[in-house]
Amino acid sequence: MISHHLPILQVIVPLLAAPLSVFLRRAALAWYLTFLVSIATFLVSIALLERVMTGGVISYALGDWAAPYGIEYRVDAVNAFVLLIISGISTVVLPYARTSVASEIDAGSQSLFYTCYLLCLTGLLGMVVTGDAFNAFVFLEISSLSTYVLVAMGAKRDRRALTAAYSYLVMGTIGATFFVIGVGLLYMMTGTLNMADLASRIQPIESNRTVLVAFAFIVTGLGLKLALFPLHLWLPNAYAFAPSAVTVFLAATATKAAVYLLIRFLFTIFGTGYDILGLTLAYLLMPLAILAMFAASTVAIFQVDIKRMLAYSSIAQIGYMILGFSFATVTGLAASLIHLFNHALMKGALFMVLGAVALRKGTASIDSMRGLGRQMPWTMAAFVAGGLSLIGVPLTVGFVSKWYLVAASLESGMWPIAVLIVASSLLAVVYVWRVVEAAYLSDAPDGRRVEEAPPSLLVPTYLLVAANVYFGIDAGLTTRVATRAAGILMGAGE
Amino acid sequence: MSDATTLALTIVIPLIGAVLIGLTGRSPNLREGVTLGTASLLFLDVLWLFGQFQEGAEPAVVLREVMPGLALALRIEPLGMMFGLIASGLWIVNSLYSIGYMRGNREGHQTRYYMCFAIAILSAMGIAFAANMFTLFIFYEMLTVSTYPLVIHKETEEARRSGRTYLGLLLGTSIGLQMVAIIWTWIATGTLDFTKGGILAGRIDEVVVPALLGLYMFGIGKAALMPFHRWLPAAMVAPTPVSALLHAVAVVKAGVFTVMKVVVYIFGIDFLAATGASRWLVWVAAFTLLAASIIAMTKDNLKARLAYSTVSQLSYVILGAALATSLGVIGGSMQIAMHAMGKITLFFCAGAIYTATHKTEISDMDGLGRVMPFTYGAFLIGALSVIGLPPMGGSWSKWYLMLGAADAGQLVMIGVLMVSSLLNVAYLLPVVGRGFLAPAAGSPGARDPVPRAVGAAAAPGLVTGIREAPALCVVPPLITAAGCVALFFYADSLYRLLEPITRP
Amino acid sequence: MGFDDVLGLFNYWAIIFLMMTGFYVVVSRGNLVKKIVGLNIFQTSVFLLYICIGTVAGGTAPILTGQPEVYSNPLPHVLILTAIVVGIATTALGLALVVRINYAYGSIEEDQIQKADEAAEFEED
Repeated sequence: MISHHLPILQVIVPLLAAPLSVFLRRAALAWYLTFLVSIATFLVSIALLERVMTGGVISYALGDWAAPYGIEYRVDAVNAFVLLIISGISTVVLPYARTSVASEIDAGSQSLFYTCYLLCLTGLLGMVVTGDAFNAFVFLEISSLSTYVLVAMGAKRDRRALTAAYSYLVMGTIGATFFVIGVGLLYMMTGTLNMADLASRIQPIESNRTVLVAFAFIVTGLGLKLALFPLHLWLPNAYAFAPSAVTVFLAATATKAAVYLLIRFLFTIFGTGYDILGLTLAYLLMPLAILAMFAASTVAIFQVDIKRMLAYSSIAQIGYMILGFSFATVTGLAASLIHLFNHALMKGALFMVLGAVALRKGTASIDSMRGLGRQMPWTMAAFVAGGLSLIGVPLTVGFVSKWYLVAASLESGMWPIAVLIVASSLLAVVYVWRVVEAAYLSDAPDGRRVEEAPPSLLVPTYLLVAANVYFGIDAGLTTRVATRAAGILMGAGE
Repeated sequence: MSDATTLALTIVIPLIGAVLIGLTGRSPNLREGVTLGTASLLFLDVLWLFGQFQEGAEPAVVLREVMPGLALALRIEPLGMMFGLIASGLWIVNSLYSIGYMRGNREGHQTRYYMCFAIAILSAMGIAFAANMFTLFIFYEMLTVSTYPLVIHKETEEARRSGRTYLGLLLGTSIGLQMVAIIWTWIATGTLDFTKGGILAGRIDEVVVPALLGLYMFGIGKAALMPFHRWLPAAMVAPTPVSALLHAVAVVKAGVFTVMKVVVYIFGIDFLAATGASRWLVWVAAFTLLAASIIAMTKDNLKARLAYSTVSQLSYVILGAALATSLGVIGGSMQIAMHAMGKITLFFCAGAIYTATHKTEISDMDGLGRVMPFTYGAFLIGALSVIGLPPMGGSWSKWYLMLGAADAGQLVMIGVLMVSSLLNVAYLLPVVGRGFLAPAAGSPGARDPVPRAVGAAAAPGLVTGIREAPALCVVPPLITAAGCVALFFYADSLYRLLEPITRP
Repeated sequence: MGFDDVLGLFNYWAIIFLMMTGFYVVVSRGNLVKKIVGLNIFQTSVFLLYICIGTVAGGTAPILTGQPEVYSNPLPHVLILTAIVVGIATTALGLALVVRINYAYGSIEEDQIQKADEAAEFEED
């Protein structure tokens, strides 16, 4: 009985828990509720992934209204994978958040924080699990609005969080509105909002100008949401000034869900048979992705605030994800999806370290990192591990991503792109090593000695680090699911 | 215990050793005991594998499948066996020397040092016994990362800068060039397993073979092919046992070993010869050979001179591989062993001199030979081996290289090798000569009446205050010097061990 | 372009005009409240777009009367209700943020806020 309703449970449970959390005045209770809900969603996503890998596509009609008239939740290998990432990261972040949030947000507002967190989780999960285009917009906005609030909650530490949240709001709303214009135009031309139905109905009218305009609006709108260069301007400030736990969660999940949605629209709805898609991928998305990789990595090198540095690094990493699917091959799509997973692990661990540093030292700037290698050895060791993963050293998860990306570009015969991929990886060496040198080879500035981070922060960090290494040594699960998912996406283009 | 387990133990033993070293950091004697115990265990393990291999067994083990079609796997073959023996054997000697050096100079961070050493040897074992290029690359990168803390050991500003050069060049070449080459190979052939006769024949367009070879050769930065050689002199900022490890046992040997494996088992000697893809490499290697020797002659810092000598000697191996003939390959492979033994002797001596006198510049070392006869004696033997004179092992590798050059019709290379030997004489023998024959610095009749003070209290009568270096710094070079001589007589066994790689 | 294209598609011209006006206001005005106003105008044009799709020529209100009739499409209206709600939430949140920014900075002009931030950064260094 429950297993039949898994797709909707994935979304309903956090959604119902959110208003509940408002009534729980005590932060500890709100935290417990959130954590339990997150574990529940994680278990649901594991179950969904397992069912999808052994069976096939799961199709669930909301309220038993059959698609395409009713809203359909459609789970295949692609979104099951992304669901796993989102719910998994959420579950690991929450133990971390308990301590981190307690130090960065007023005690009275903490239960409201968890409310917004649950709403954000709902939005992200809903965006991914749904098979209806407008439903995707609704969940996109649910997650975005709660994200704006979450980012603004960093105002206690730094008032720039407010302006960051405001900019994010304006840009994010424009993006979402573009997206809904696109969906509206598609509805105008096809009369349906169901993704699978859209796919079949778009095909005969592909050359229609309205469809082309809809395509443009959707790509731009989602591009804003996933921080595609040059639509990334909201990201550095949002990541830098948000509460540490929020940055961890957002960096690992928010843009991933938007990337997923873009992939879903490009490959399932429009399909590889659409010649405009091919042109867009090759002449728009691929160059922008490469620009992102280089420009963002270069800017990262010169940042003083390490959170900003990693934010720019994230923009570059999103460039990698887009580059992967712009090849429009199975290997390329698989590379994108694998990097979706791996980047969540890498950036999650790195931002957790920064949160711990911020807890002990107040800020996470390059100056506050000096000498930390001796004072916070475990924390900085986690940073080194995450950093090596970002660079792409073998036996870490980053290497698997790089391998697939280079393989995809060589397979498509585009060896200059392969050269660009490795060149930008080397830029990562520069900005990661800056921090490592500051931590281990510089003397601590005179002042108070700081203690090692508390276990409540270290354990989740090391969980992610361990995942980094584990999935780097045995990438079987991620590669199998990603390749299967890529096959589905490419096959749908027929 | 099965062959597969024994083979896997070559990785596990140093790993456990590293952990134990970390745990026993508080009690230095116990920690040193762990290091020596681990090294001895490892050597015994490798010897046992050698015994099995001699009897015709081919131990192999698959550790883990990392990605579909790409597994971490180990397998014994002649080249790997040789490198494994060298690395594990010399680790024991190097550990003894490290103890003497680190205590004699009262260096800090010793636990970190010994731990990273253990992991570096683990990586070397992984490289030696890798069954496919993927595994080799993984351990190759592990070697880079684990030796970085060793290079920046002293944590001075200079160490920091050198560390950046080291890491930047090695990671840059491996990620930027070698990884691309490996993935290219994988996509073209579908496999990365080391196979006799190579895997590329027929699977790749012959026009691009030189380009692929170039990606590999320049991508293997540890082989110090010019212009990616700068990390080697930069790494001299490390304590001398690290230099000995880097320049003789693990890092550079891993580099040229990888070159050999790629040439023999990925490209295939006959494939290379048929396509002529390595002809450009012969010239680049020859250039590196000569240029590095000439630069070595200009260096007054002893370790710098030895570093450039290493760059030059490494290109012997690359030259041997590039000649694409059986004798050339065997000569190059032998050079791996001979040079390891010779160079480690030279570095041990340099470290012994530093420990005893704190001198680093050759011009300050006049007359030291009379006071430190054992050190300088070992240095002489090591130098003769590097120069290539009998009865030292180095003469055999040079001989086979010249034969290989003749076979390939590259008579110019024979000339190059001979000129190189003369250059070697020019930069190595003066050190010994001045040590034994020149008047001591500061005494009347010395070349420089005003002694240059480099890290030492420069006063006349200096020589009388110096004795031989501590025993643990002198015995290892004597052992390895004896090894140089022994290799001369055992060259035949080495030849018989290596010869199967040239048979199709 | 003929008479039909201009007057016949009058609603779409209005939509485009509103969309561009709203967008322009967001981009060009430095006052934070005005930006939100622009955002609202922008979103309103989208509402109009959806509703315009809904009419069916000769259709009547979509209420079941038992007799077969041609109905106007109710779905776009439903979609737009959702979008309006989202728009309201966004506006409310945006204005709340503006209130907090005013409290923290003492101004709601973008350039003044930027100057305040730069001055604060100078002090930190």
